[in-house]
Amino acid sequence: MSVLIFVETQEGKLKKSAREAASYGAKLAGKLGTDALAIALGKVEHSELATLGQQGVTKVLHEESSNFDHFDSRAYAKAVAAAADKAGATVVVLSSSFNGKALAPRLSVRLKAGLVSNATELANTDGGFTVKKAVFSGKGVANYSITTDKKIVTVNANSFPIASGGGAAAIEDFSAGLSASDFAIKITHVEKAGEGIPLPEAELVVSAGRGLKGPENWGMIEEMATILHAATACSRAVSDVDWRPHHEHVGQTGLTISPNLYIAVGISGAIQHLAGVSSSKTIVVINSDPEAPFFKAADYGIVGDAFQIVPKLNDALKKYFSSHN
Amino acid sequence: MKFLVCISKAPDTTTKITFTDNNTKFNEDKVQWIMNPTDEWYALVRALELKETLGGTVTTVTVGKGDVEPVIRKGLAIGADDAVRIDADDTDAYQVASLIADYAKSENFDVIFTGKETINYNGFLVPGMLAELLDLPYVSLAVKLELNGNVATAIREIEGGEETLQVNTPLVISCQKGMAEARIPNMRGIMAARTKPLKVVAPGSVASLTVVKNFEPPKERGNVKLVSADNVEELVRLLHEEAKVI
Ligand SMILES: Cc1cc2nc3c(=O)[nH]c(=O)nc-3n(C[C@H](O)[C@H](O)[C@H](O)COP(=O)(O)OP(=O)(O)OC[C@H]3O[C@@H](n4cnc5c(N)ncnc54)[C@H](O)[C@@H]3O)c2cc1C
Ligand SMILES: Nc1ncnc2c1ncn2[C@@H]1O[C@H](COP(=O)(O)O)[C@@H](O)[C@H]1O
Repeated sequence: MSVLIFVETQEGKLKKSAREAASYGAKLAGKLGTDALAIALGKVEHSELATLGQQGVTKVLHEESSNFDHFDSRAYAKAVAAAADKAGATVVVLSSSFNGKALAPRLSVRLKAGLVSNATELANTDGGFTVKKAVFSGKGVANYSITTDKKIVTVNANSFPIASGGGAAAIEDFSAGLSASDFAIKITHVEKAGEGIPLPEAELVVSAGRGLKGPENWGMIEEMATILHAATACSRAVSDVDWRPHHEHVGQTGLTISPNLYIAVGISGAIQHLAGVSSSKTIVVINSDPEAPFFKAADYGIVGDAFQIVPKLNDALKKYFSSHN
Repeated sequence: MKFLVCISKAPDTTTKITFTDNNTKFNEDKVQWIMNPTDEWYALVRALELKETLGGTVTTVTVGKGDVEPVIRKGLAIGADDAVRIDADDTDAYQVASLIADYAKSENFDVIFTGKETINYNGFLVPGMLAELLDLPYVSLAVKLELNGNVATAIREIEGGEETLQVNTPLVISCQKGMAEARIPNMRGIMAARTKPLKVVAPGSVASLTVVKNFEPPKERGNVKLVSADNVEELVRLLHEEAKVI
């Protein structure tokens, strides 16, 4: 028996979401009285993988084959299922990253293991196995029981703190025994969206909507994001008219995020927008209309003209960081 | 080309969500059902566009009871050729995917389209499970799909960018914004939909792997604290000292 964590790497480094998943898996393993193992696929230094020990992982299975350098859900599912068999895993933990969420359902079928995605808290293992997650676009929370012997959980970004303090994890070379024909997807081009912080895992997010009047006014929003080391986001209304790229659009039909801080400038707070951000820990709203619905869902608010407030706020933030760093 | 589009129903996006039976059931009373947005706007429309240029048929499949038929008819009105309804309540993603796989496995579809995720239980699970059950490649979060013979070229979103890829059909693809422009059914489409074939098939017996024990309302946020526009330093102080996020 063990808990197996699938850890993703990017350019040779473990992703933050991988460390969150590892921390979750190790904590769960502790509750179940068993060990936490991890599986890593593709090129990454052993010294990097060994640092998973800090999150409580005892051993990392690693298959280095360059076939895994690009994601293919079918091949990855075969490999992770083989690792789960080898580890005797009864629970598999993944992060709710784009790849984690493509892989987990395939793994669920392969292992005949019930799956709950987007967990926001550690599973409850007292007399069963229940996992909490947001449903109906954040308008409700559901407690799911997994009824199969094996279980799979994907963990939401920013929902679970990264543990630190353990030693080094042992590394064991692993081979899932796949052949070239298992890799059906050929990547021909990768386009990076720019230098900014990717939105899905960001801890701080600055977002703006139609209240900004036009794409030429986003400079002050990007400036705030730079000062805060935050990612930028936007409302659907704004990405629909191409003021901002689609991948920034949050809400019911866009990304669902749960950063520590979400600052919304000139966004009315339509229910479909709130669906994507309502699980943010702290929400700040800047809007000229005191009746804007977003104020009802916010922790802090400033009523007023964004074009006056945001430059002043940027100055105040700069001053704060220059005295606190 | 034979295309299949998986369509599910979802509560209208403005629906107030409540629970009954001691918070163990979603209260469907007064709920207005719509077609799950990404299924309608992107999956269905891209399948229709490809059919219009390459020839072939577009079939929709839905796991649901009779109350989902208005949603299915809307898909036919937008342009699908025929529809299949698998007559079962959807209990969990595995059950839904298994029922669709049972139906699809002998039909030889070239591409199976799904939406990105349903806006009820927000799983993003059915397409991946379906792909595994049928042992097909799966492209998730696609924003573009072109077909050239049996070679599919797709673009999918990755964290912090986009990836262009090639894969042979048959495959499963989940679609999001960028894939197509939503179409509104016209009068002719609505009339034609009335007589298009909607086949109801009995479900095989499949088990669910998960069950919802109970629901809770989302955590309440306290009242908003308003800061004067002339005192933005106060907001910075609160974010640091009270919220502790900077
Ligand atoms: C099925 C469906 C799905 C949808 N999915 C999404 C989704 O995923 N995400 C999403 O965001 N939306 C979604 N929408 C759209 C949503 O309903 C809203 O239309 C949209 O969120 C509005 O965007 P907005 O707040 O930027 O614009 P508006 O609603 O126009 O709000 C602009 C705000 O800016 C304020 N403002 C104006 N001038 C200033 C100023 N100078 N300073 C400060 N404030 C100012 C105004 O008071 C107003 O509150 C969906 C809609 C439907 C029907
Ligand atoms: N009951 C259903 N019937 C048909 N297709 C479904 C059903 N539920 C989900 N799907 C498809 O699977 C996609 C992802 O759904 P989900 O896994 O529920 O988030 C949806 O966008 C639909 O295309």
